[in-house]
Formats: sequence, structure tokens, C-alpha cells
Amino acid sequence: MSRHVYTTEVDEPLVIDCLARAQHAFGRSGAGMARRTFLKLAGASGLGLTLGFSLNLRAATDGAEPPALNAFIRIAPSGDIYIYAPNPEIGQGVKTSMPMIVAEELDADWQRVKIEQAPIDPRYGLQFSGGSRSIAVNWDALRQAGAAARAMLVAAAANKWSTDPSTLRTDASRVFNARGESLSYGELAAAAALLEVPGPSSLRLKQREDYRIIGTAIPGVDNRAIVTGEPLFGIDQQLPGLLYASYARCPRFGGTVVSANLDEIKRLPGVEDAFVLDAKGSHSDLVAGVAIIGASTWAVMQARKRLQVEWDTTHASTASWSRFNREAQQVADDGDGEVLIDNGDVGRAFDDAGSVVESFYTYPFAAHASLEPMNCTAWLKGGILDIWAPSQTPQRGIASASAATGLAAQNIRMHQTRIGGGFGRRLLNDYVAEAAAIAQRVSAPVKVQWTREEDFAHDHFRPAGFHKLKGATDKDGRLSAWQHHYITLQFNGEIVSGGSLRENEFPVLNVPNYRLTQTALDTGTPCFAWRAPGANSVAWVFQSFIHELALAANRDHRDFLIEIMGEPRWFDAGNPNSLNTGRAVDVIKLATEKAGWGRPMPHQRALGLAFHFCHAGHVAHVVDVGVDDNNKVTVHKVVVAADVGPVINPSGARAQIQGCVIDALSTMAGLEITLENGVVEQSNFDSYRPLRIAATPEIEAHFIASEYPPTGLGEPGFPPLAPAVCNAIFEVTGRRVKTLPLSREGFTV
Amino acid sequence: MPTVTFEINGTRQVLADVDPATPLLWVLRDALGLVGTKYGCGIAQCGACTVHLNGEPARACSLPVASVEGQSITTIEGLGPRGELHPLQEAWIAMDVPQCGYCQAGQLMSAAALLKANARPTDEDIDRAMAGNLCRCGTYPRIRAAIHKAAEGVRGEGV
Repeated sequence: MSRHVYTTEVDEPLVIDCLARAQHAFGRSGAGMARRTFLKLAGASGLGLTLGFSLNLRAATDGAEPPALNAFIRIAPSGDIYIYAPNPEIGQGVKTSMPMIVAEELDADWQRVKIEQAPIDPRYGLQFSGGSRSIAVNWDALRQAGAAARAMLVAAAANKWSTDPSTLRTDASRVFNARGESLSYGELAAAAALLEVPGPSSLRLKQREDYRIIGTAIPGVDNRAIVTGEPLFGIDQQLPGLLYASYARCPRFGGTVVSANLDEIKRLPGVEDAFVLDAKGSHSDLVAGVAIIGASTWAVMQARKRLQVEWDTTHASTASWSRFNREAQQVADDGDGEVLIDNGDVGRAFDDAGSVVESFYTYPFAAHASLEPMNCTAWLKGGILDIWAPSQTPQRGIASASAATGLAAQNIRMHQTRIGGGFGRRLLNDYVAEAAAIAQRVSAPVKVQWTREEDFAHDHFRPAGFHKLKGATDKDGRLSAWQHHYITLQFNGEIVSGGSLRENEFPVLNVPNYRLTQTALDTGTPCFAWRAPGANSVAWVFQSFIHELALAANRDHRDFLIEIMGEPRWFDAGNPNSLNTGRAVDVIKLATEKAGWGRPMPHQRALGLAFHFCHAGHVAHVVDVGVDDNNKVTVHKVVVAADVGPVINPSGARAQIQGCVIDALSTMAGLEITLENGVVEQSNFDSYRPLRIAATPEIEAHFIASEYPPTGLGEPGFPPLAPAVCNAIFEVTGRRVKTLPLSREGFTV
Repeated sequence: MPTVTFEINGTRQVLADVDPATPLLWVLRDALGLVGTKYGCGIAQCGACTVHLNGEPARACSLPVASVEGQSITTIEGLGPRGELHPLQEAWIAMDVPQCGYCQAGQLMSAAALLKANARPTDEDIDRAMAGNLCRCGTYPRIRAAIHKAAEGVRGEGV
């Protein structure tokens, strides 16, 4: 089979290590690994969605549209192939990579493929972007959609040639017979569309060695539109007669409106209307506030500055970062919290220990700070509400709009737009609810836009956390005990999203004596999933503490970490979404080998290592870090080894690793949200300062192309970075970073 | 309200009835439909709204429209010669720079101004010139690589 190479011209180190994975096969799991952890893992994204995918592959043709072979594929007589990208594109690359999977099994000529964003339709199953699950959840369905269409095209050719379909082959949008004659997909599409859709069990999917699209570096399908400034994003929506809206919410979450100077606001230039909306739905749907409607963004922004609202703050948040710190210390000093896990006998292990280490780790709230602020355009016309929303969960957006308006879901049409960054913030649809409720009061299309200040003030933050740890190694220097008191946060009596430890969080199952307790502090400001929820912060705690224990026992960090993994096995037998210790060891070995672990380092330089498993991805980082006499930290190089199964698009995969590393570095270095009496203290990029281009390290990504099902890379590349850097900082300075961001410990990046 | 006249992407534009304090950004986006220039912060911190004011990079969010009276503005929609791509746009596509893509118009406008002033920028030159442009996705390594690539192309063509 010919191999069509579509490459980007990116000159970046890329290694696809095709290692044998047989030793990690299913069924060789360690004894006693129960299945109880599976559901927890499936919910690791914090979405709580039922994972699943169903397709209606019934062919349909309608009017002048190119014949549809199924929900994903239309093929025009010209040979142009239209593939629908089902899930929201937030920068993680699924608008390119998901159609690549369809095109692969279709055996399409990628040069003739045109990608369109799919409508919101049950035929596309769950259309969301979160938890790095877009590829993992849809992998089978996308392949089946491509393979089914290919089978229909082959059948149509067989009919024309009056031959047996099994004698035919396909390549690059053509069907070939044994005589070397061929017909193009465009010539066959109309006839194929009339054929019965084959059932999934009859489909022959490609072997991975036959892939010619999957595994090639393909540039993002929207690149040209992006670099020429075409309207793509939610905030770019333009409609005839469009009005603009600002929505003022209480600076303290949960506040409601007593009164506002609406009459004065309505008289301001360019203002069309102003009114109060009450909260509706859950706390992440419509919150109470004051809407100002006007003829331009500037008019409503100016009016917003004149708006005076008396808020009822009886039930408003009093969340305070300084108080949380005091309370957490008090709780840690006082006792143990609720016992969640108590394996073995930690007390006895401490008595018999060779060395014992105690630590207290603290990390702050963080903002999502997507560069495209929250926004939504809505238009209620003839009883139908049209919504254009940059939402990671557009299907839930319909529910949110329905809750806010009382309109039936079938009367709400959601249109997907490209999304200028999500990081979890846009799993929520509060801005959709606002636009829907406002559109109900305005007889014109209306665009709600948040200012950057509002985006910070009304985020649902990455939860802060506090961890009191005591660990031990035995007299042989092996990890023997781990005692962990996690002080987290709860909102309305429920642990916040991203504020729970998985009950199978590494290394719980690999330590004979393990005790986990938990205490939750009340917060009135909600928190929510933030890139690699939970993992983005707890990886730093776990992997820093393992480094502490290794050094206390006089062990090499890498050897100690590998030893903890033990024999190759799945943490949860038969569940490919659980940690596999063999895959873990492989990425640790690959990263350390590529980075030259153990080599002599220059003065004030050291290597740091960390591993984390989340979102079905196994990832290790080795960082080369320098710290000078002024505590200036320079990350010279980051070597990443990842096993996420087969890499669909190497260009996209490398980009996600780069993005994860830079985001994690930025967050570790200086980003924190603080609140006092419920009010967020950071307001814009002058007080919340992500790193700029100059701080970018050299990043080298290595992928182990294992045979396990694929998963996404938007998240698992993030968590190991901070602990790897902090471990290196310790190696250079002898100072253990126990509070993030680094700026709190006197370091600059 | 007064009238403001300026040149936008080579075309003379007369705006009647405009609040002179309106930032150029909102004139571009709301009044002229040029939505390639993005709102990110409103206080000239993120660079998403970068345009060229008489060939120099400027933050449209912090430019009152009255201040561009009689001046020449170029936006991302006018960066390439009519119907063609600027070498930086070509490089951005070839190097697969964008992730979410929201900041990239601003990045390109800053990069274009850099290359005009300095056809052989070093990494340090790039870091300095691009320091005002935030990319939340972390596309910095490819931005740097794409600028170098475009610079080579421009030099190769003898421009």
C-alpha cells in the first residue's frame, strides 16, 4: 500500500518508540486488584457524564447536498469528501484528529477532505471536549463510520463491475479491481448512499501497520482561517441587527440584586435596555445580575461603569485565602480527618522505619483565564432560540439555556463555534444561560461578552489544597508507609470538582501501609475542573514527597520510583484506563534515558524527575534546571516521555505536550488566585501573569506508540512538570518547595 | 458626535457619529466587521488586539479611535498582499503554530512588525519583540520557529 505523507514542517525532536508491549497485556494484573476503581476513573474528568457513543449509520440523501454515507461523511461527485468534526475544538486539535480517524478507515485522499463542524445532533453521540476523552470515547465509532462508508463504496463498485467485493481494494479515494481498473469515490458516492449500511460486526478495520493518515503530522484544518483573521470563534459572531450585552454579577458569589439605577442606565448613549435577572437552575447556570443591552460593546461597557447595584449578600461567599490557610493548619495540627483508606498498619511501619519524612504542602486557587473571554450570542425568533456558544459541553448548554428560559430543549438550536481556550471553564454554561435569558427579553440577536475583569471575578477556580504527609522507608530503603491527610474544599456540602483524591491514586496500591484521611473546608465560591483536574496539583505533592523519601533513604530517585511500581500489571485488572505499572516504568526509563539521568551536571544545575498517570495517559518528565544565587530558576530543557496509545496526529501531539509543559511551568512559577471576603483579588493579566515567550524551555517529546486504545494529550502532559522542577530545585539548592507558586518561596522564573 | 477618518487596510474609512473615546478595537470588531483583531484584556497586557498603526505594532484596545484620525491602520485581514498570504502566515500554517488560535492574529502582527525592522532576528530579538503577546495555549516554541522560517524565506526571496 502506498503511504501518503502529509507533514508539517516542524523541525522538532520526535521519537515514536515502538516497544513491545506484550508483557503488559490484559489478564496479567496483580492479584487482588478489584474492579471497584473503574467508575472513579471514568469520572476523573469531573464531568460525571456517562461515557458512550452511538451512531445512526442510516444513509440519507437530501436535495443538492452531496450524498451522505452516514452522519460523518458526505462525498460529492467531484470527489470532495466532507467529514464532520463532532466535538468542540478548544485548541486540543480534535477538529483535525477526529476526522483523520474517519478518513483513515474510509481510505480517503486527505487532500480532498474538507472538514466541517458537526451540528449538535444525537447522531454524533456525546459532543463534548473534556477529560482528554474526545479521541478515547469516539475512537471505535469514528473508525466504524469510516469503515462502513468504505464498505458501501466498495459494494457500489462491485455492483458496477459485477464482481465479488472481496476482490477489490481501496486507496486514496479510489476503488481498484484485480484488473487494475479503478473508480473514484466521487463516481461511486450516489450509488453507495443507496445501499444498506453494514453493521459494525461485519466491518474490517485496518491494521495499524496499514495506516497512512493516522500517525502523520497534519496541520490544523482551521490554520488558514485563523492566520487570516476569519470569523471563527464564539465572540466573532455577527448577525444583522446584532445588539450587545453586559451582565453584571455580584462580586461575591451568591449575591442577589436588591436594586439598581436602571432608569439612569437606560438614558445613557447607545443603551437600549437594562433589567434585572434572577438566578435560575443550578449554581453554574443563570446567576442573578443586571443586564445592560446596547448598540455596541463600547456603549454597554461604558454604561456598566455607571451601573450601581445594591446587592443582597446574606448568602454570598465569604471565602478567604488567608482564612483557609489558617484553618488548614489548625485542622492538620488537631487531627486526622475522615478516614478514607487504611491499609496495613502505618503506625507499626513508622516504628520499624529506616527513615521517616514529614511534610506539609500547599497550593493555591488558579484561574482558567482562557484568552477568549466567556461570551455567547443568542436570538429568539418565532419561538426558536438559536445559540452560538464557545462551549466545551454544547449539549449541556441547551439544558442550561432551557433552565434559564423555560423553553423546551427541542426549541433550542445550539451552534458550535471554535473556542479560544477552555481548560475546563467552558464545561460550564453560565454564559449561555445569561445570553438565553437576555435574548428572551430582547427582540433581536444579542451578544453577551464578559470583560477580562469579569472573567477573573466569576471564574470557577482550580481548587486550592493542603496536604499533611508522613512517610517511611524500611531498613532496606523501600517505601513502607504513607500517611496522608488531605485538606480540601466543599461547596454546599459537596467536595468541589477537582478536589478529591482518587482512591487508586498512585502510589496507594503499591505501599503496604497506607492511610488516607480527609477534611473539607467550606467555601462559598465554587471551584471546578481545571486542565487535568486534581492531577494538576496533587501530582506535585505525591511526586515531590516520593523524592523526599528517596533522598532520606539515600536512594536514587529513579530507581526508587521504579521500585515502587513493582511488577508490570494493571491497577485495575482488565481496565485499560487504569494505571499500568509496566507502561509507567517504560516512560520513566525512556525519559531518564533520553535526558541522560545520572550524568554529571554543571554548577547550579540539576535534573529533576516526576511521573504521573491520569486520563489514561502515562507520562514522565525529566527537567534540566538551573538556580542561580538570586533564586532565579531557569528551566533549560524538558524531556517528556508519554504513552497514550497510538498517536493520531504527531504534530498535534507535540503541540499538546508543549502546551502542557508551558502551562504547567507558568502555573507553578507565579499564578495564584486569592480571595478575601469572597472577592477575587486578581483582575487582569497585570495581576495574574502567565509566562511569556522568553521563559519557554526547549521541549523534547517522546511517544511510546503502544497498542492500547488511544487517549487525549490535552491533560496528561501537564501534571509531572511542577514536581520535576521542584525536585531539581531541591537537588541544586537543598530547599524543598512546599508552597506553590514558586514566587511564594522567593523564586523567580 | 464627530466624524473620524482613517485608512484601514489600504482603504479610506469615514466613521460618522462615533464616540471619539471608543477604542479602535471595538470600531474594528463591531462597526467594521473586522473581527480578526481580538479582545483579550482591554488594558494592553495580552497583545491579542495588536494591529499596525502606520506600520508600527499598537494595541487596538487602548487606542481611542479619535487618535487614529488621518493615520493608517493594518489589521490581520490586511496583512497579506491582496488575496495572498504574508510569509509569516505561510510559515504559521506550515509549522502548525495555532492551538486554540485566539491570540495568533496579534502574534502575527507583532511578528510582522519585527521582521520589517529586523530581517534576521535572533531568539533574543524574538523574545523581546513578542513579549507583549500572551499565548495561553503555549505555542511559543512554534511561534519562534515560524518567525525564523519566515525570515529565511523573506531573505531567500531577496526582499
